[in-house]
Amino acid sequence: MPVLEVRGVSKRYGKNLVVDDVSFIIEEGETYGLLGPNGAGKSTTIGMIIGILQRDAGTIRIDGAEHSVTNSRTKALIGFAPQEIAVYKDLSARDNLRFFARLYGLSGARARAKADEVLEMVGLSDHAGEAVSTFSGGMARRVNIGLSLLNDPKLLILDEPTVGVDPQSRNSILESVQALTRGGLSVLYTTHYMEEAERLCDRVGIIESGRLRAEGTQRELVAQVGEDDTVLVTLGGPADKALDRLRALDRVSEVSADGTRIRLLTEDARGVLPSVLRTLTEEDMDIRSVEVQEPDLEAVFLRLTGKGLRE
Amino acid sequence: MANGPNPAAVVTAIVAKDVRQRLRDGSFLVFGLLLPLGVAFFFNMLLGGDAQQRTGSTYAVVNGDDGTLGENLVDGMLRPLDEDGVLDLVVVDSEDGAREAVEDGDADAAFLIPEDFSRSLDSGEEAVLTVVGDAESPVAAYIAQEIGRAYATEHHRITLTVASAFDTEPDPEAAALLLEEAESARAPLTVAENDGLDTRQLDTATYYSASMAYFFVLFAAMFNVTSIFEERANGTLARMLASPIPRWTILTAKLSSGLLIGLVNMAVLALATTLLFGAEWGHPLGVAALVLTGVLAIVGLTAAVAGFASGSEQAANWLSVLAMLLGAFGGALFPISQLNELAVVSYLTPHRWFLEGLTDLSAGGLSAVLVPCAVLLGLGLVGTAVALLRMGRMVKS
Ligand SMILES: Nc1ncnc2c1ncn2[C@@H]1O[C@H](COP(=O)(O)OP(=O)(O)OP(=O)(O)O)[C@@H](O)[C@H]1O
Ligand SMILES: [Mg+2]
Repeated sequence: MPVLEVRGVSKRYGKNLVVDDVSFIIEEGETYGLLGPNGAGKSTTIGMIIGILQRDAGTIRIDGAEHSVTNSRTKALIGFAPQEIAVYKDLSARDNLRFFARLYGLSGARARAKADEVLEMVGLSDHAGEAVSTFSGGMARRVNIGLSLLNDPKLLILDEPTVGVDPQSRNSILESVQALTRGGLSVLYTTHYMEEAERLCDRVGIIESGRLRAEGTQRELVAQVGEDDTVLVTLGGPADKALDRLRALDRVSEVSADGTRIRLLTEDARGVLPSVLRTLTEEDMDIRSVEVQEPDLEAVFLRLTGKGLRE
Repeated sequence: MANGPNPAAVVTAIVAKDVRQRLRDGSFLVFGLLLPLGVAFFFNMLLGGDAQQRTGSTYAVVNGDDGTLGENLVDGMLRPLDEDGVLDLVVVDSEDGAREAVEDGDADAAFLIPEDFSRSLDSGEEAVLTVVGDAESPVAAYIAQEIGRAYATEHHRITLTVASAFDTEPDPEAAALLLEEAESARAPLTVAENDGLDTRQLDTATYYSASMAYFFVLFAAMFNVTSIFEERANGTLARMLASPIPRWTILTAKLSSGLLIGLVNMAVLALATTLLFGAEWGHPLGVAALVLTGVLAIVGLTAAVAGFASGSEQAANWLSVLAMLLGAFGGALFPISQLNELAVVSYLTPHRWFLEGLTDLSAGGLSAVLVPCAVLLGLGLVGTAVALLRMGRMVKS
């Protein structure tokens, strides 16, 4: 039985259909990434899944049970870390954890023990008694995520958990998510960083303008789009005179130049690279750098929507 | 956990968290204790309402008269007042001794009866009765002057002069100032039967203690009620809504924490002003009933008004204005009599009912608080109903 089942869910704000007939499922132990640009409808979709927003259409099942904004049983199965750092900054990390633990029905001693356990898990035991306002962005993020683990959720929902954190904290957050999923937790993860989706997610849904445009493993998505590799060559001088010879090469589908840069599209970058370099050397061109880009989610996204993820 | 956590435990948890935050941000200390105590203390000092005046100020009298009329004034007028507990009378030997007593604060005012008091009156000349007042307790000087005037009206040829303790000679300018101050300070304490003041009034210390405590309780409640806006803005409200708690517990908790903080404030202030300023709040049961319904009314109104605001800043602005209006029109900032014909408006404010309840309690029995309590309870319930309707939006999906 899937842990989360979203069927034909829609949400409208006035005339704006901000989530439009979205369906997907998350199996037990699976990490599902919702990848989309700003305003795509990720947070709104999540709002309906965690039961704080009423949906206008569709059904949501959590662990097989019909979910609604008033169903405390299904809500108790979900752990949720919002996009913004939603904590009481004037209170200590420990007080924050104890407070929310009590909202999940943990009484005094159990709430205290759980708070300590989570502090340990997110590596903040040494700062437990300090006000969150004194924390760095990365530490506050960890409190934010820690709060979503208090109820030992079956489904963990992280809405852009790495926004605005330094690379080191980001890495530690990604590592802890990976550790949690190894423990069998199902995760719904939204981001507009494709590297994160690629690293963490078993499957990815690409959402744009409220619609789920494509869905699958990274490989499936790339195959579905059939994106070519891109070879970027930067030269010491004008690139024009080699273009015709490059176009004539086998398995090169498209060549374009932009000043001193040449962009080649090919189905097999590694295979054509030697002949590309040989051609350029024969033309006496000064090669400064060569870069091969494999098809990635960014490229898939571009193909699907004609937009960049962070435009 | 199948049916979610126990709602009572949830409300308790949210209230405890809110109270902890109010203790952290200092609003409880500042608005709940320091400001009301400070302002009450300030007014109390300014208007001379020290503890002594509850039982009567101390007056020194020097009877230098070699005739009988001076004795008549002392025994026929001042002593009976002393026996009635209206004032404490100290007889001193010399004018200098009397001035000194006032200057040192041993007496609040002194009556100086001159040597020729009887002689002048008997021979049809003007006699002069001098009242020496301490500029720092104008109310005492005012009362002394009223007493003097009461005597003087019986004996038409007595001229009353008023002097400040700091002048050796009665300086007309200082005397005029002192008189002016005394007149404007008009403490709600009556001495003479014929001065037309309402005797059903709280003494200065109690009035300012109670009115300031009640005035500031709105601010104390405000921080709790408007904290829901902050929780919405910083995402903690979403977290609460995502947890398996019933939604009504959130609003209930916000109102409860306002109520709790308000009640604790009032209780602490009642105790503190009783100990510090000698305020007499009245029968504890009556006071408890008034405080309970009074705070409920304030929390209800505060939440109702906040319910129409779009954010915590707007709510705080509106509520500050509301606090001033209610305080001014409810007689918490200055006596209602100064409102003149607008005084009737005061009955729309909980402040008027709260202070009137205390006044009635001090004058009458416990049952005197029934009507004020009923009105306050009504205001509280209406306010709470409006608040729940309006604030309900915030926890809706
Ligand atoms: N309460 C609201 N009222 C009206 N419109 C809203 C509301 N909340 C969201 N929207 C709109 O819905 C759309 C989707 O917003 P949403 O927050 O779900 O996007 P998102 O994918 O999470 O974006 P981001 O990456 O910026 O967080 C946006 O156009 C937003 O303006
Ligand atoms: Mg979002």
